Amino acid sequence: MSEQAKAGGVLGMIWEFFASVRLTVILLLSLAATSVIGTLVPQNESPMAYQQAFGEFLYRLMAALDLFDMYRAWWFQLLIVLLALNIIVCSVERLTALSGILFVRHPVFKIARFQKAKNRQEFSVEAPAADLQARYMAALASQFGYRRVEPQGEGFVIFAEKWRWTRLGVYVVHLSIVVLLVGSLIGSIFGFEGYVNIPENESTDTIRLRFSNQPVTLPFTIRCDDFDVSFYESGAPKEYRSNLAILENGRTVLTKAIVVNDPLRYRGINIFQSSYGQVPHEHEDAEDAAPGEFRLKVTARDSGQAHTLSGAVGDRLNLPDGRGEILLREYVPHLNFGGQDLGPGLNLTLTQPGKEAQEIVLAMRFPNFDKMRGGEFLLAVEGAAPQRFRPGQDSGQRFYTGLQVTRDPGVPVVYAGFACMILGLLVTFFMSHQMVCVEVRVLGAACRVAVAGIANKNRLGMQQKIAQIADRLRAA
Amino acid sequence: MTSSYILSFVTFGYGLAGFLYLFCWVFHKPRFAILATLALAAAWLGNTASILLRWVESYQMGMGHAPLSNLFESLVFFAWTIALIGLFLEWRYRDRSLGVFTTPLAFLALAYASLSPGISDRIQPLIPALKSNWLIAHVITCFIGYASFAVAVGVSLMYLIRAGASVSPGSLPDRLPPAGLLDELNHRLVLFGLLFLTVGIITGAVWANQAWGRYWGWDPKETWSLITWFIYAALLHFRLMRGWHGKRIAYLAIAGFMAVLFTYFGVNLLPGLHSYGSMSAG
Repeated sequence: MSEQAKAGGVLGMIWEFFASVRLTVILLLSLAATSVIGTLVPQNESPMAYQQAFGEFLYRLMAALDLFDMYRAWWFQLLIVLLALNIIVCSVERLTALSGILFVRHPVFKIARFQKAKNRQEFSVEAPAADLQARYMAALASQFGYRRVEPQGEGFVIFAEKWRWTRLGVYVVHLSIVVLLVGSLIGSIFGFEGYVNIPENESTDTIRLRFSNQPVTLPFTIRCDDFDVSFYESGAPKEYRSNLAILENGRTVLTKAIVVNDPLRYRGINIFQSSYGQVPHEHEDAEDAAPGEFRLKVTARDSGQAHTLSGAVGDRLNLPDGRGEILLREYVPHLNFGGQDLGPGLNLTLTQPGKEAQEIVLAMRFPNFDKMRGGEFLLAVEGAAPQRFRPGQDSGQRFYTGLQVTRDPGVPVVYAGFACMILGLLVTFFMSHQMVCVEVRVLGAACRVAVAGIANKNRLGMQQKIAQIADRLRAA
Repeated sequence: MTSSYILSFVTFGYGLAGFLYLFCWVFHKPRFAILATLALAAAWLGNTASILLRWVESYQMGMGHAPLSNLFESLVFFAWTIALIGLFLEWRYRDRSLGVFTTPLAFLALAYASLSPGISDRIQPLIPALKSNWLIAHVITCFIGYASFAVAVGVSLMYLIRAGASVSPGSLPDRLPPAGLLDELNHRLVLFGLLFLTVGIITGAVWANQAWGRYWGWDPKETWSLITWFIYAALLHFRLMRGWHGKRIAYLAIAGFMAVLFTYFGVNLLPGLHSYGSMSAG
């Protein structure tokens, strides 16, 4: 491969381009910089919400740049592919260059390098060289797997080394990134991510995909036998639990109670507890019936604290810590927004101390609708009920369970990548290829001993190690 | 709660230790610096006790979860880890001037935890999404990483002072550890931090896959942790492949920690507000 680079030509130029660490650093920093955009602009919201927030012109411009779904945008994916190519080419280049010293039975030691080493220590011993040779070989045996003696003049040289293989660690780390990307590619081609709402005692085999809303038919049927939500005394949710059954050809093959963090897995498909809600009364027209009570989720932007307030139209709801109040002014069955029907909506008046009252519109089907207002509080309609109820109470109400249904055959590959990355980092960061040279010259009745070491990393550590070895050899 | 009561002493202890370190450095009283170390060690023991006690208290209140479940508890653990790394470095390198720049970080973390009005120190029950064994592994690894990066910033600042233009013998900068050692220390802290940040992101990903069926969802917190990872990875490539050392690496380590701080606190200010509750309750 590296011949290509030398050969020149277009391929050679491309190869050279990808073989540069400068490119790596540029790509890493570009990925870091562009990733910021997607955290500043909320992703995958409704077009109406974007138009409201940014205005028509900016909206069109940002949409053209795919900024509303940027992590899937071609240019962001291109950066990732370039990084993968960069990693592969650099690894091939370095491995070919290193193969001469990595995969050898009898490593080559250049004594001149040890003679120049800064950590070199010297001392004299009054003993015959032959004695020293046996003693030093034994002393080095505990620490160095590979040892070799070469005669030099009347004296000798011992070369010893260990952990040559750790030079590969960095390639394991780099390869793990490629493995991760392959895993995510497998997931995006062969997997799906969807959701489905199933009312209690009903079943379905069709789910809808996230983002595209396309229906997908599962190879089995999911039935929801029961849904239950429990609360702490403070009112915070404690547990969401769905009793599910899996049916194949009308026969129940599996039942399991799932909670958040404990999904059901069947035939490569995972079913997660994700949300819940109330089934509208059948005798009412679900679209147009005005709910009696609304549950409003209020999230303080500064602290992230969320509260849920409930009330009917005409009610005044107090914000936490006396930060103001909300008047539920009006329920609108068909909210008209930029000429589009957003479904049911709620008109509110927000009054905060020291501020002018503010009229706010919430689209009930779009919980993130209010994000764009950029207010001190983020408001969202969490739920609406035809009559006063507490979930869990038997009020004749039926719940539906909201399930997330995913399939991702790439997960084992991704996990393998995770394992490789952690192991590779441990080796790369904390282990080094260590070579030691003990040189013994005969000077009359005494011997002059020199100890020096070379490591591919952690020079300070090597210096300490050489000092230790010199001490041990003096005592040997 | 006794654990919160202890923490106010611990905060004071870190503050006192930081002050003593500074005093001994500025007035060149190396013999008294042992007092700073003792204050730091005592405060760290108190910090340990308060974490264990809070754990016990949560069981007594019938909730029973490790004290790693909210901003307050994470800050307490953050301070604990910074102090531990500070004590370790002092013991390992036999240099008490390191404490001048590391101990105040532990103090700031705890002071922020107890004084900021937005942070509740109450023991709260776990919401459904946090009920997982991955919580402990994820939070501990992330915060060991964050703490190493924080200490690396302290060491970088020391480097910048030590390697300044005019360091006369016997002056304040001259009483800091040699620049070469600080540079090496900075490098090791970044390596250590990056390893733990990586494990933290990975445990988070495995947990997310367990809870929501996707190991990566590009939510702001995830994305910012990845941005942090990219910055430190770039730092290492600058250092190892392009031979950058000293000041430039010190500035990069500081920039990396800015990203850490944003991942930790700043994400809450972003428009795409992410709270754990909203993900579980939909």
